[in-house]
Amino acid sequence: MEKDTKAFQRIYTKLFQLTKATVSLQASGIGNEELAIVDGRLAQVVKIMGDIVTLQVFAGTEGIANDAEVIFTGKAPTLKVGEDLAGRFFNAYGEPIDGGEIMGEEREIGGPSVNPVRRKQPSEFIATGIAGIDLNNALVTGQKIPFFADPDQPYNQVMANVALRAEADKIILGGIGLTNDDYLYFKRVFDDAGALDRIVGFINTTENPPVERLLVPDMALSAAEYYASEKGQKVLVLLTDLTLYADALSIVSNRMDQIPSKDSMPGSLYSDLARLYEKAVQFPDGGSITIIAVTTLSSGDITHAIPDNTGYITEGQLFLRKDSDIGKVIVDPFRSLSRLKQLVIGKRTREDHPQVMNAAVRLYADAANAKTKLENGFDLTDYDERTLDFAKAYSEKLLAIDVNIEVDAMLETAYDLFGKHFTPVEVGLKKEFVEKYWKK
Amino acid sequence: MNTIGKVTGIIANLVIVETQDRVAQNEICFIKHDNTRLMAEVIKIMGQKVYTQVFESTRGLKVGSEVEFAGHMLEVTLGPGLLSKNFDGLQNDLDKMTGIFLKRGEYTDPLESDKEYEFTPIAKKGDTVAAGDWLGEVKENWIGHKIMVPFVFEGEYTVKSVTDAGKYKIEDTMAVLTDKDGKEHKVTMIQKWPVKVPIKAFKEKPRPFKVLETGVRVFDTLNPMAEGGTGFIPGPFGSGKTVLQHALSKQAEADLVVIAACGERANEVVEIFTEFPELDDPRTGRKLMERTTIIANTSNMPVAAREASVYTAMTISEYYRSMGLKVLLLADSTSRWAQALREMSNRMEELPGPDGFPMDLPAIISNFYSRAGYVYLNNGETGSITFIGTVSPAGGNLKEPVTESTKKAARCFYALSQQRADSKRYPAIDPIESYSKYLEYPEIVEYLNKQNGEDWTKNVWFIKDALLRSKEVYEQINILGDDGVPLDYHITYWKGEVVDFVISQQDAFDKIDQRSDFTRQRYMLEKVVDVLKSDFKFESFEEVNPYFKKLINQYKQMNYSEFESEEFKKNEKELEVIIQERKVA
Ligand SMILES: Nc1ncnc2c1ncn2[C@@H]1O[C@H](COP(=O)(O)OP(=O)(O)O)[C@@H](O)[C@H]1O
Ligand SMILES: [Mg+2]
Repeated sequence: MEKDTKAFQRIYTKLFQLTKATVSLQASGIGNEELAIVDGRLAQVVKIMGDIVTLQVFAGTEGIANDAEVIFTGKAPTLKVGEDLAGRFFNAYGEPIDGGEIMGEEREIGGPSVNPVRRKQPSEFIATGIAGIDLNNALVTGQKIPFFADPDQPYNQVMANVALRAEADKIILGGIGLTNDDYLYFKRVFDDAGALDRIVGFINTTENPPVERLLVPDMALSAAEYYASEKGQKVLVLLTDLTLYADALSIVSNRMDQIPSKDSMPGSLYSDLARLYEKAVQFPDGGSITIIAVTTLSSGDITHAIPDNTGYITEGQLFLRKDSDIGKVIVDPFRSLSRLKQLVIGKRTREDHPQVMNAAVRLYADAANAKTKLENGFDLTDYDERTLDFAKAYSEKLLAIDVNIEVDAMLETAYDLFGKHFTPVEVGLKKEFVEKYWKK
Repeated sequence: MNTIGKVTGIIANLVIVETQDRVAQNEICFIKHDNTRLMAEVIKIMGQKVYTQVFESTRGLKVGSEVEFAGHMLEVTLGPGLLSKNFDGLQNDLDKMTGIFLKRGEYTDPLESDKEYEFTPIAKKGDTVAAGDWLGEVKENWIGHKIMVPFVFEGEYTVKSVTDAGKYKIEDTMAVLTDKDGKEHKVTMIQKWPVKVPIKAFKEKPRPFKVLETGVRVFDTLNPMAEGGTGFIPGPFGSGKTVLQHALSKQAEADLVVIAACGERANEVVEIFTEFPELDDPRTGRKLMERTTIIANTSNMPVAAREASVYTAMTISEYYRSMGLKVLLLADSTSRWAQALREMSNRMEELPGPDGFPMDLPAIISNFYSRAGYVYLNNGETGSITFIGTVSPAGGNLKEPVTESTKKAARCFYALSQQRADSKRYPAIDPIESYSKYLEYPEIVEYLNKQNGEDWTKNVWFIKDALLRSKEVYEQINILGDDGVPLDYHITYWKGEVVDFVISQQDAFDKIDQRSDFTRQRYMLEKVVDVLKSDFKFESFEEVNPYFKKLINQYKQMNYSEFESEEFKKNEKELEVIIQERKVA
């Protein structure tokens, strides 16, 4: 059955087992994770037992016959990297969607990890203009953080805004099961902002087979590594939506008869996601990879295996929700967290930033308690009433995602609100800050 | 001749090797691939089929590749030079690796073979010695690093000679021992030991009877950790497990600290090796890094090496314990290790236990925890390993196999609560759910009362009770409304809040508050108990809340000021004034 064409390409034409996602055949000299073309579709070696090789076909096996042609390529998935990437959009296999060839050096994707002792502690503040982020959950270069949002939240819009304001040298968009509309939306906003030459896109839309998606994050991160580690650039990687990536993982593991763990996810979900997110890094020479991702939730449930494992891996999460009091989407100050914020706030930003942030969130929490009291039919005190007024204004002027101001202006806005609703004792800032910044 | 085999199957990092010859369970082997050798461990033997887990990526590996068995289990090299190091899970020195990215198949020397150490003999010619006995010592940072009779030596030996004091390298012969058959054995500064086998070169392991001061009040005052004790910290993500472990590693009263960063974030390890070389060890005035060894197998490093990382860390701890030292071992997170076991058991198609974890998970966990402990060495000296691991329960639900298995193995339970973390009550240890079994040991109670005054444990139980009652009345107030309960309820509630804010809560990022020694904890405990035992006069419930807020705020000012400083005393005076405002004589 075997005939040799090119040096490393061996062709087989006898498949003895086909499932929805995999094919198995007799072959020799095949490397683990090697790529093959099965009936014109890309596939990857996932298991070798003696001379039986099992391949995962990314586009699915529909219509493949047991005499289909299988060509082994002798290599793992690769991406051609080079200056040519900038401004271009690619499919999950790293082929330009917009036609034409790419010149560059071929690299295996999903490569090795950075030696932890060669990393630098992240320390550069990323200003996004959104107070729900900059004031309460400041981001830092080299950080990895997802938006946790229900599918109806405008996370892609927020992400596009963040990307454009972040002053990154390159923005790499990994579209994982992106709707075609959202893909065109990203293209348009980047174009309108004149930023297309800083963008590289790897796009798998809902029209493409789900298993193909598994290649997208590695493609995007390999491009990011090229710019960050070899060119010393500040790279921002946007991955949307990693919930769909995890869903694709579960499809594959299910078809390979693996025992599922919680929520039908593969037992290796934590390691699979960590392998991607840990590509975020600050290099000592200034290059960095920052990952901002999206994890869509189902009805805000963060205990589901996907957000749960994500939360254990990432350096915080930005939780989007609609505030019905003001009719806008806000970055929820309770459920959001940036674990790296303490590296920059009060250091790269004004000294009183941490205190102002905490005081405002505490007052917002008091308002939440007052609200519960109200709902339970108890009387409100004067203080309760004031916290409710404060909370509404705070939500409108600072938490809403349409805010776009500098950090100093955010702090000033906070003092405005404090002064209007409370006494300095109630706010509880350090004395020196009250003297210096409190609005009389 | 070492056993040779051939690769016949590959599923991710599970590689099946066929061989006709002798292999042992847990034996190490090396798989030849291109110009590298990939290290693997035997995990199952079925006739000629040997199942191995590879500690590296298996990308590109082919069947037919040659495999060489090493003839020993996974082992570490023990000797001077382990301190201040950053190792990976297999004890490779990460600083010696070349390049920015980890290269597969690159293995580096954990110690420095050309470094000289100042040696002083301890044993004399003619002494009878056994495994673990001290032959001499060298200076490693500030520690007197003992050169011991290798742990693999069985039975008794006679010292034929010990090298004179002077400077030597680690591979030099430091002593010659004669066994009972008259055969001579050379001893250098280094020895090897298989990580999965406990080092038992001690005479006796008593029940822990001393308390390990950590400087963290929820530990020391409320749920004390014994020297040589075990404990674990379960909690959902973001609840403060890592911050708490870092606090322990900085402040605990240990001679040295071994940190196993097991399957967690690389940036958290970076934080340690960025900050520790700069931070002072309050006990010795030296830098914290000088007493610290890091075993880093972060989440993006090979999964199979996660398991190795915790065992490597434990073995290094046991080595230093045998020198009569007080070792604190921290592992973050033991759940990642359990998950690595699950991934492998799944690939081997073993019958799964609850949540897909291997059936023997509880036994594996309890065996590991049992390696901690306080010991009397053969020479009467003492040493200890205090072990505290974190657990990352799926969905934050504590009814899952890793948490439940660990709860059976560990004596202290520090449950982090999402609710407390959300309301920024750090450290978010649930004051009601958490416990230290040691607080029930008569020998620990005696120790504490002797150290902190005879009322100490009585006061501790008193404030624990105040927390519980506060929680109970809080629920009542929530149901019945502020004015639907007697005034007393409000006071009871707020007295519990005093304990919570002043004792339980502690700001890990504040220079002063982050560390509180027993003297200070005792002072504050008495100050709090006084208030709890006092009666206060209020006209209506509306006065209770602002008053106690003011009181708590003043207490916190004390926590934030240096103990017994002018500022501290000033704040204390102000506190007294506030107390007198409403106290009923
Ligand atoms: N003792 C503490 N004091 C102040 N902040 C804390 C404390 N513990 C945790 N935090 C906050 O919570 C965040 C998450 O803590 P971390 O220990 O990383 O959580 P986990 O390891 O449980 O996921 C930290 O980045 C910090 O902002
Ligand atoms: Mg952690």
